Formats: sequence, structure tokens, C-alpha cells
Amino acid sequence: MSLIEITEVRKSFGSTEVLKGINLDVEPGEVIAIIGKSGSGKSTLLRCINGLETINNGSISVAGAQFIDDELHLKALRLKVGMIFQQFNLFPHLTVGGNVILSQTVVKKTPRPEAETMARKMLERVGLGHKFDAYPDELSGGQQQRVAIARALAMQPIALLCDEITSALDPELVSEVLAVVRELATEGMTLLMVTHEMKFARDVCSRVVFMHQGRVHEIGPPEGVFANPKTPELRQFLGVH
Amino acid sequence: MIEFTTWDIIRNLLLATRWTVLLSLVSFVGGGTAGLLLLFLRISKRKALRGFARYYIELFQGTPLLMQLFIAFFGLGLFGIDVPAWLAAGLALILWTASFLAEIWRGCVEAVAKGQWEASASLGMGRFQQMRYIILPQALKVAIPPTVGFSVQVVKGTALTSIIGFVELSKAGTVVTNATFQPFTIYGLVALIYFALCWPLSKSSQILERKLNVAHRNH
Ligand SMILES: Nc1ncnc2c1ncn2[C@@H]1O[C@H](COP(=O)(O)OP(=O)(O)OP(=O)(O)O)[C@@H](O)[C@H]1O
Ligand SMILES: [Mg+2]
Repeated sequence: MSLIEITEVRKSFGSTEVLKGINLDVEPGEVIAIIGKSGSGKSTLLRCINGLETINNGSISVAGAQFIDDELHLKALRLKVGMIFQQFNLFPHLTVGGNVILSQTVVKKTPRPEAETMARKMLERVGLGHKFDAYPDELSGGQQQRVAIARALAMQPIALLCDEITSALDPELVSEVLAVVRELATEGMTLLMVTHEMKFARDVCSRVVFMHQGRVHEIGPPEGVFANPKTPELRQFLGVH
Repeated sequence: MIEFTTWDIIRNLLLATRWTVLLSLVSFVGGGTAGLLLLFLRISKRKALRGFARYYIELFQGTPLLMQLFIAFFGLGLFGIDVPAWLAAGLALILWTASFLAEIWRGCVEAVAKGQWEASASLGMGRFQQMRYIILPQALKVAIPPTVGFSVQVVKGTALTSIIGFVELSKAGTVVTNATFQPFTIYGLVALIYFALCWPLSKSSQILERKLNVAHRNH
């Protein structure tokens, strides 16, 4: 059984169908890059996997947890997959430590001392142990994004969804975030990431998904997809002729 | 005829001011509590609850407070329920205040970035936990100046309760005027007392607003 099973998923906003029957199975430890033009439905797909959007048809299951739209099932699903956003979305009224501790104590009911130990460990892991007491607005974008990663990791998810997590960063800050992701990948974390960093996708990912108009248009290992695009749409997207 | 010294007048007005202050506090605290409840309904996921809150707010904001007072006082009387003036006054003001505070606070909740809802949801928080730990703490900062500002309206709103016979500051002013025939002096004093109550509130609302604007850091 695959870790994440996405079967015939359809999603519409009003009368426009944004996902038109997506099928994708992700094995444990796989790192999947999702690429495609703006508006092709990449973010929507990730948001559906995390239950931020409800699907109209099909099914999504994560390690056996089915996507059903009620608070209990959603919570079970979200405990298994963490999500990192383009805009970091740290909680501005809490310190870095507070950001990483809160959901552990509130959602998992972890006792505070344990949650704090976990928070320090995860912040160390992203190289920000010394920022425990700082507030998010005292950090650079790259540091904020690394805190967001630590916050998601502290919930001990079995997979992480990353939606263009370096797109809001100044160019010189991109590499520090990618380095963290690369390390997660080598440690065996299952990752689904929407990205425009083609070089990174080529180096780190096990498979690349090219989305076009709400469908998985082409899929395969990076060597194949990048060196040997089969469809004209992907060739155009990659700028090769 | 009894002679009223200036001191008598002032003493009578100040004694009545206690009721204005008390009624204001009750309305504000009660209205705040009811308003918070209404806020939760207003932004609930359930359509019926949202609808109820919306109609409630529209109804109480769209009719004069005076009519609400009359209905609470005389209306319930029609059903054989004898409502004392203080109860009708308190009830009507609480319900009226709630409708305004709920709407002010809804604006503040909506001012919190959408990403905050999504991030907290993706971490597994339920709706109530999101409100409690993420949204309200951030909305609170934005909410303080308009909330304090609205308390001025509450204080002034209590003046209307004199019409159903609740003896607060305005009513006392009328009573004393009837006994002394010095309307100008007495209503002047009444106005001065209202001003002394309201001015610090609106001033502090302004100061808070400026402070929060300067310190746009979020903590
Ligand atoms: N909440 C929404 N309501 C209505 N339409 C939406 C909503 N969210 C997304 N869409 C539409 O769905 C389509 C796919 O959006 P999505 O954000 O998934 O694209 P994307 O591939 O992530 O694009 P980008 O690269 O620009 O992030 C777009 O046409 C978008 O306008
Ligand atoms: Mg997107």
C-alpha cells in the first residue's frame, strides 16, 4: 500500500474544474516535485491532500487515513501530513519557540516540558536553536521559513507538503531553506513539493509530476522528465524545443 | 417651595451618575459577553448560525435603541410580564451593545491574515483552538481602540433609558429641573458630567490607536 493514495480526485471552484481527475500514489520516502504553469492546480492539489480544500470527487488517503470532511478525520489527516507555505505563516504574536511548541501542547496534548524539548531539537535541526526566544519579525525570510519547517516537523508528520516555499525569499536566502529540505529528503522524509527550482528538483527528487490544466500531464524520474520531455506542453514549459 | 442650593443640585446629579455608570458597565460587560458569543456564531461554519447572527445584528443595528427600550419595557408587559425599568434598560442595552461589538470584532477577526487560519489548521487545530490561540490574540490588538471608542456610545445610550423611567443622570436632570426651574444650569451640568465620563474614553481610544499604529510590531 502506498503512503499517499490520490485516486481520481476532482475539485471545482464554482463552475470551473481545477483538478480533473488526479491519480498519484506516493511511496514512503519518495520526494516528489510538482511543476507546471501558474493556474495548473498545483497548490490546489496540495491543499486537498491537507484537507484545506474539500474535494468534489475521488479519494485521498494518507497512511490509511481517509479524507472525510469532518473535524476528527481532518485532524487525523493533518497529524500525518505537515504543510509549509510560501508566505511562512508563522504566528506573529508568539516567539519562535512558542510557534513550535503551541500545536504540540494544544493538538497533541504533549506536556509542556516535552514539547519544549522537541521544539529545541527541531530548531537545532534547521539551524535556529539560538533563535528560540526571538519573534518572527526579528528573523529573515529564510530563517522564518526554517522555523515553519521546524514547526511542522515537531508534529512528527510522516509526509510534508511544500508549496513554493522559496518563492517569497530573496535569492540569497533560497539555498539555506533548500539545504534543510535536502537534508530531510536524505533522512527519508516523504516530500511533495511544488517548486520552480528545477535544478533542485533534478538533484533531489525521485519523481517529477508535470501538471497541466488540472491533470497530471507527465510523470517520471527527473532524468526522463527533464532530459526527455514527451509532450509538447512540457517541452514548452521547460523551454526546450 | 423648597430652596435648592447649588450643592444640592450637584449632589443629586452625582448620585444619579452612579446609575449611569453602573448601567454603562453592565451593558458593556454583558454586551461584550453576548457580543463574543454572537461573533462565534457570525463566523461559524454552519450557515444557519451565521444567518441567525447576521439577522440579529441587522435587526438591532437597524432599529433605534429607543424602540428597543420601549419593546423591552412595554412589549413584555403585554404578556403579563412585569418588567421593572432597570431590567428593561439593562436588557435592551446589552442586546444593542452586543450587536455592535460583534460586528466591530468580526472586522478585526477578518483583518487577521488568512494564512494564519491555514497554518493553524494544517497543524491540526480545531476551529475553537484556532480562535483561542491564534486569531483572537491577534485580533484583540486591532480591536481595542474601536471597542473603547464604542464604549462612549454605550454611555450616551444610557441617557435614553430615562424615557422608560430609569433614574439615571438624564432623568435626574429632568427631575431636578422640574423642581428648580433652572433648565439651562442643570442640563449644562448634566452635559458636563457626561463629558467627564466620555472624554477620557474617546481620548484613550485615540491614544491606543496611535500607539498601536506606531508599534506595528505584532507583540
Ligand atoms: N479559492 C479559490 N476560489 C476560486 N478559484 C480558485 C481558488 N483557488 C484557486 N483557484 C483557481 O484554481 C486554479 C488553480 O489554482 P492553483 O492555485 O492551484 O494554481 P497553481 O498551479 O498553484 O498556480 P501558481 O503557480 O500560480 O501558484 C486557478 O485558476 C485559480 O484561479
Ligand atoms: Mg500555487
